[in-house]
Amino acid sequence: MLLSTLFFYLFAGMCVASAFMVITVKNPVHAVLFLILAFFNAAGLFVLLGAEFLAMILVVVYVGAVLVLFLFVVMMLDVDFAVLRAGFLKYLPVGATIGILLLVELILILVAWVTAPEIAAQAPTPPVSQMSNTMALGQILYTKYVYLFEAAGLILLVAMIGAIVLTLQHKRDVKRQSVARQVGRTRERAVEVVEVETGRGLS
Amino acid sequence: MTIGLSHYLTVAAILFTLGIFGIFLNRKNVIVILMSVELMLLAVNLNLVAFSAFHNDLVGQVFALIVLTVAAAEAAIGLALVVVYFRNRGTIDVAEIDLLKG
Repeated sequence: MLLSTLFFYLFAGMCVASAFMVITVKNPVHAVLFLILAFFNAAGLFVLLGAEFLAMILVVVYVGAVLVLFLFVVMMLDVDFAVLRAGFLKYLPVGATIGILLLVELILILVAWVTAPEIAAQAPTPPVSQMSNTMALGQILYTKYVYLFEAAGLILLVAMIGAIVLTLQHKRDVKRQSVARQVGRTRERAVEVVEVETGRGLS
Repeated sequence: MTIGLSHYLTVAAILFTLGIFGIFLNRKNVIVILMSVELMLLAVNLNLVAFSAFHNDLVGQVFALIVLTVAAAEAAIGLALVVVYFRNRGTIDVAEIDLLKG
């Protein structure tokens, strides 16, 4: 048995098993940790397929940023997760029925499909001996698909602004420094000379 | 036995089904629903990369990159909405998000 075959079954098995744990485990923190495990194994599958750049992006961006964000939110919200799990068994039959139906359909497609022979590669992958996966991907991403790339950047910008606008809180009683007001202060507005009569004081 | 395209497609199909199953199982917990959506997007990415590798065509990987971007944006916005909703109502039960119902 080839080593790559062995690794495929290892990664695929771990990926499916941890994905199953994600949806069934009681504690959401554990669910996020299992999701991280699933993404690591998917990155392993990507490496086996020769897509090293996407595998690294999956580990760095997905596990490093998005799933840690999930972890933050799960830990930050003080939610009684036991209440949210009520009805878990009630939804099990209908969920299982639809899930199994979908899986059967997908597998029926898998056994029946054929590739159309006239399909030609839009951007043929250069052999690994000539060019690494990252370099090949960059050479088409920044030339032929540069508008798509810019659109992806815009989507991220909109998402960033949206998330900030949604979660920003304006508190009324917090005193903030206003540099313009501090600099704009004049002597007349800041200092006042008052004549105080002896024994009376300032009212 | 060599690993072919259909092996990867089967793994992706199982992952996608688990994602749908997760949405049905955790109807109330919006965080687990978001995680199930992430699982489904991962399955789609696995499909794209598998086709890209076996058809020797890099466009699939470019598209997988775009899908990753959109998934990250979706997760950020979704979690921000969850935080805002929790601040206002003190719960994240999906069944109670029916304030606009007439």
